[in-house]
Amino acid sequence: MDLFKSTVGRKILMAVTGLMLVGFISVHLLGNLSVFAGADAINAYAKHLHDLGPLVWVFRLAMLGLFAVHITFGVQLYLENRAATPDSYAVQKTLVTTFSAKTMVFTGLIVLAFLLYHLLHFTVQITNPDTAAHNLPLVHGHLDVFTMVTASFQNGFIAVVYIIAMIALTLHIFHGISSWVQTLGLSTGTSQDKVIFIGKIVAIAYGLAYIAIPLLLLARIVK
Amino acid sequence: MNLTLHVWRQKGPQDKGKLETYPANNISSDQSFLEMLDDVNEELIKKGQDPIAFDHDCREGICGMCSQVINGRPHGHEERTTVCQLHMRQFDDGDEIFIEPWRAKAFPVQKDLIVDRSALDAIMQSGGYSSCHTGGVADGNAILIGKPVADYAMDAAECIGCGACIAACPNSSAMLFTSAKVAQLAALPQGEPEAKKRVKAMTQAILDEGFGNCTNHYECEAACPKGISVKFIAKLNREYLKSLVPTSTES
Repeated sequence: MDLFKSTVGRKILMAVTGLMLVGFISVHLLGNLSVFAGADAINAYAKHLHDLGPLVWVFRLAMLGLFAVHITFGVQLYLENRAATPDSYAVQKTLVTTFSAKTMVFTGLIVLAFLLYHLLHFTVQITNPDTAAHNLPLVHGHLDVFTMVTASFQNGFIAVVYIIAMIALTLHIFHGISSWVQTLGLSTGTSQDKVIFIGKIVAIAYGLAYIAIPLLLLARIVK
Repeated sequence: MNLTLHVWRQKGPQDKGKLETYPANNISSDQSFLEMLDDVNEELIKKGQDPIAFDHDCREGICGMCSQVINGRPHGHEERTTVCQLHMRQFDDGDEIFIEPWRAKAFPVQKDLIVDRSALDAIMQSGGYSSCHTGGVADGNAILIGKPVADYAMDAAECIGCGACIAACPNSSAMLFTSAKVAQLAALPQGEPEAKKRVKAMTQAILDEGFGNCTNHYECEAACPKGISVKFIAKLNREYLKSLVPTSTES
């Protein structure tokens, strides 16, 4: 189909899947922040997710599809763009592009590597068996997700890995979060700058909120 | 003023090429950049050396022939200015100036600063036109076009096809050039009937000619000597999305 081959078609696929993934990290962030509301809040949140049963797997397959499209075309477009630019300038000055826009493929791959670790850590729970919720005593008959999270982030190495990954995610969405407006043909000459500005602010807000969790738990400001 | 030039010298398409250093002495601040290069070439010819080959034609900023990356920026550091309209008063005595050709796989260097930009012609040939019946000359005002639409189309039509957008793009994408043509024609009643076919063919030609994909860096708009806005790329994306939706009159 033309959509999967065309330069604009693939750009639209990147934008739509990217936007859905931003939707995912928005919901995920709201869930994560429940850790600050105490053990009962996050444990109840985890229980609600588990109780969805087969819907969890429908959701996981949909996420897998989104990631597959976003990563496949992201890497493919990057390789094509590299091939289109074989020689570099002796002197080159860029005016408006950002570090974030220039490093999308790298920050994206860092986030992918982190995602795999994150799944092994909190979903499959095999990286740190001592603090895995599966191995902790039940609290009120639920898995003790709260202790798993707080104990994990009191480990400096794990907290730093998460913080670095969230910086990469912030850089990735710093460009991506507003880019879809242009890609889906919604921007006009006058709205362009405002949309980009709002996108950068939102990206930084997401970044700070995500980083706050491991950082505050590591510093033991929140226990 | 006296300047030091670092100029890309390349004997032909197969040659590797390298930067060479030349002095440019007694340059008047009233000269244009190309006139300064003319002076340097006079000196090179007197010494029996090969003059620096560069493209130029109208020297009044409308033909799009002059194509040099000066100190890392296509057409130099002056906003909305072609190389021929860049004047030496914008430089200071003792400046070092790096002059390089457009660099993109789709723009092979022919000699020194001259690149082959036929890839842009190929994009135009793929759909940058509107078909019409020949015959009697149509009445000038037979098709009324509103002023805002006419202005929009004229803004897009300002593109001179110089290729600075591609030279500035980290991906060597020809999206701004293509979008200016797609937007101009799609906005006007004469171009509208072929809009779907055009946007598909022209965006396909971008890849066929070896240009990269647009990732919204917006360096193109910043480098464009005619200030073509990236809003035309949004328009092209819109036209592409529209082309995916079949209408009742299509078989």
